[in-house]
Amino acid sequence: MSAGEMNRRGFLGRGLALGCSAAASPLLSTVTFASAPWDARLVVIILRGGMDGLGVLQPWGDPAFAALRPGMEALRPGSPEGAHDLDGFFALHPAMTPLLPLWRSGELGFVQAVSTPYRDKRSHFDGQDMLEAGTAEMLPRFRDGWLNRMLQQVSGLEGETAYTVGVPEMLLTRGPAHVMHWSPEAKLELTPQAQRLLEMVMHDDPLFRDSLADAVSLAQAREAAPKMQKGAKPPAGHQRLASFAAGKLRGDSRVAAFSLGGWDTHNRQDQTLTPALTRLSEALLTLRADLGPVWERTAVLAMTEFGRTARLNGTKGTDHGTAGTMLFAGGALRGGQVHGRWPGLAEADLYQRRDLMPLSDVRLHAASVMQGLFGLPRDVLEGAVFPGLDMATPSRLVL
Amino acid sequence: MSYDPLLAEIRFGCGLSPVHAPPGSVQDMLERLAGPDHAAELWPIDGPEVLMDRQQSFAALQRQRREAKGDAAQLQRIAKDISALRKAGRAAQLRWFGQSLRRRIGSEDGFRERLAFFWGDHFTAMGRGAALKDGTSPYVEGAIRPHLAGRFADMLKAVTTSPLMLNYLDQASSMGPGSAAAARRKKPGAGLNENLARELMELHTLGAGGPYGQKDVTELAQLLTGFSFTHKQGFVFRTGYAEPGPETVLGRSYGGEDPARLDEVLALLEDLAAHPATAQHLSRKLAVHFVSDTPDLELVEAMAARYRETDGQLLAVYEAMLSHPAAWQGQGNVKPPVDFIGSSLRALAVAELPVDKRKHMERFFVRPLRMMGQTWETPDGPNGWPEEDASWVTPLALAARLQWALAIPGQVTGALPDPRQFLTAALGDRAPESLRFAAGAAEGRREGIALILASPSFQRM
Repeated sequence: MSAGEMNRRGFLGRGLALGCSAAASPLLSTVTFASAPWDARLVVIILRGGMDGLGVLQPWGDPAFAALRPGMEALRPGSPEGAHDLDGFFALHPAMTPLLPLWRSGELGFVQAVSTPYRDKRSHFDGQDMLEAGTAEMLPRFRDGWLNRMLQQVSGLEGETAYTVGVPEMLLTRGPAHVMHWSPEAKLELTPQAQRLLEMVMHDDPLFRDSLADAVSLAQAREAAPKMQKGAKPPAGHQRLASFAAGKLRGDSRVAAFSLGGWDTHNRQDQTLTPALTRLSEALLTLRADLGPVWERTAVLAMTEFGRTARLNGTKGTDHGTAGTMLFAGGALRGGQVHGRWPGLAEADLYQRRDLMPLSDVRLHAASVMQGLFGLPRDVLEGAVFPGLDMATPSRLVL
Repeated sequence: MSYDPLLAEIRFGCGLSPVHAPPGSVQDMLERLAGPDHAAELWPIDGPEVLMDRQQSFAALQRQRREAKGDAAQLQRIAKDISALRKAGRAAQLRWFGQSLRRRIGSEDGFRERLAFFWGDHFTAMGRGAALKDGTSPYVEGAIRPHLAGRFADMLKAVTTSPLMLNYLDQASSMGPGSAAAARRKKPGAGLNENLARELMELHTLGAGGPYGQKDVTELAQLLTGFSFTHKQGFVFRTGYAEPGPETVLGRSYGGEDPARLDEVLALLEDLAAHPATAQHLSRKLAVHFVSDTPDLELVEAMAARYRETDGQLLAVYEAMLSHPAAWQGQGNVKPPVDFIGSSLRALAVAELPVDKRKHMERFFVRPLRMMGQTWETPDGPNGWPEEDASWVTPLALAARLQWALAIPGQVTGALPDPRQFLTAALGDRAPESLRFAAGAAEGRREGIALILASPSFQRM
């Protein structure tokens, strides 16, 4: 029995367990089928460590900004190596220069002054848990994540609808709905003989047999990725995450999630923010390049657990804050603009006189995107997916 | 089916070893467990006092930092000392991890190692803050391991008064709204914290379906106020934090004296331990962990009955499990990654582990465990590691097990054994014919060993 046959068998096994109709089985039909009742693609990137929204999308138009961030004069738009003016008020950090064409073509945008409902304790762990769990309040333990709860609302999902990409499992996708999990870091180097013998010894234990078939096919997919040009730099970890996700989304998958770290810029932010922004830019460009025509139907949401202090601290960095910026990209969203209202940076306008004041719930924007792209009803989004969310004021991210 | 020495070692111990003979009977297993803890003597792990020492060192450095008042040279020296202390903490955690593996490789009393891991997971606690962060092993060593064969109530009391648990579940700073301490300081965030109270009932004793409600949780949280610790003394009962007045938990009233009395809280812990729901919850959890994701109901009931009859004597509960035929049936659970690696090393009779070589430890064990989904001492939350087989056998985690089985055994043994001999060392006469064939048909020793370790026969217990 070949790995391919085994793989389909494993696939069917899971499909039946999920209660799919036999008509959708790959063994009985050669018609390609979408693995979800929609065609749009959603990528959620969790930016771990607390991205400094004010350092990324710099509000030079606010009279208080320059004084809060002394030493940033070199970044003032118009300076030779300065930030790029976007709309006369905001300017984009120069590390994101490669993304400017996307901004101009409306494929990149921002939502300002967003936050989760998490307040005041400013812990990374709790903040990330709240962001991924999507709840209105801090709980001692979270059982599932909002992306998984979204998937639970859709019946008839196929085995490869959703992917968590990268080694650590994510709370965002944890829960009863089936989500595939793979990392381009993973290796499976089996000779054909070893693979055949392994299939033999696992044959009578379906749990191992099906997992092996999936692992073999996932590892092969990685090897089948286009070979690098000679002399070119091998893709870095973040590019491989994005590339793997894009490869799956070009096929039957509809949802993918991964994480990017390095945002906890307590010191020397002039140096420490650049590498994280470079990685994010490269990940987005990799998604766009590898998704090809599918990029038109794709929404990418990059969200972080909290923003950072408005003021620079004593070590030229920023500390954990409250509101921040959500970045989005993809052909399915209304980019080329900064959504949301601006709270202002005067001391009295700051949250607890230190952080950017949150003016909208980051969950609202994720919910609106899923409403627009997947047609999920509002009451489901306000109840099962994001308990306690109020969508009375919709966001207008979806085209 | 009943006692089988090979299955005893595989299912209830640390796996078969070509060096150590399995116990001869259930009685033999229990006697070893009730006897002296040889593994702890041979491969020591520091107790929780090491964490208190570390906390004092950190506190001293923080004090110096405040007193340095901007003296750059001083501040630099202090920062260096703090970073050295952190580094020492991580190195110690790695060494303790190595000691745990050595115990699994060399123990004659494998059931004890499995139980230490089980109860350590049941009472999951992960320290917060620089000093306690890497302190799970000393906590298990001090609060849990001495009680493995004793009364559950004693383990419960040791855990609930241990600094690491009080720190992890936010109990140390919880104060009654009406307490003297709350009246004195109007510190923001100071007040009642229910975290430990809830987990104490939901996870540690009665179970999620247990007969308690939010009112019990709140009352228990008030009763627990005062449970705290200091760097010097370890556990302390701060009567000034205690909520005045009696509290009613599960229909019984506790406390109310002024000043509050520790023995009233300990009496509550005794009552929680003695509750029939606790007997049921713990028995089922043991059976799920050792026997099957869906254990035989009579097996669970036999264990719970022994628990109730003996006032929670754990040795008697284990005996009820081990002497029940259902404990010896079924295909067995999938080994969690720690057990998979531990039993592989034991079957390979690995003589020496590089416990002081950080890079080796990380490449051989720490990173593979993470890829397999069980980052050492870092479960997702107080509910510990999952028990379901399916959560361990995902494509990513299985690929990690296969890669480990291919790459690492050759690096931790002097020379790989002949796969046909290794098959007997690892599985005795329990290997199915297909595996026997595959082990002989493999291209080389490396592939042969990997096939055996990757086979469901070895990966199940």
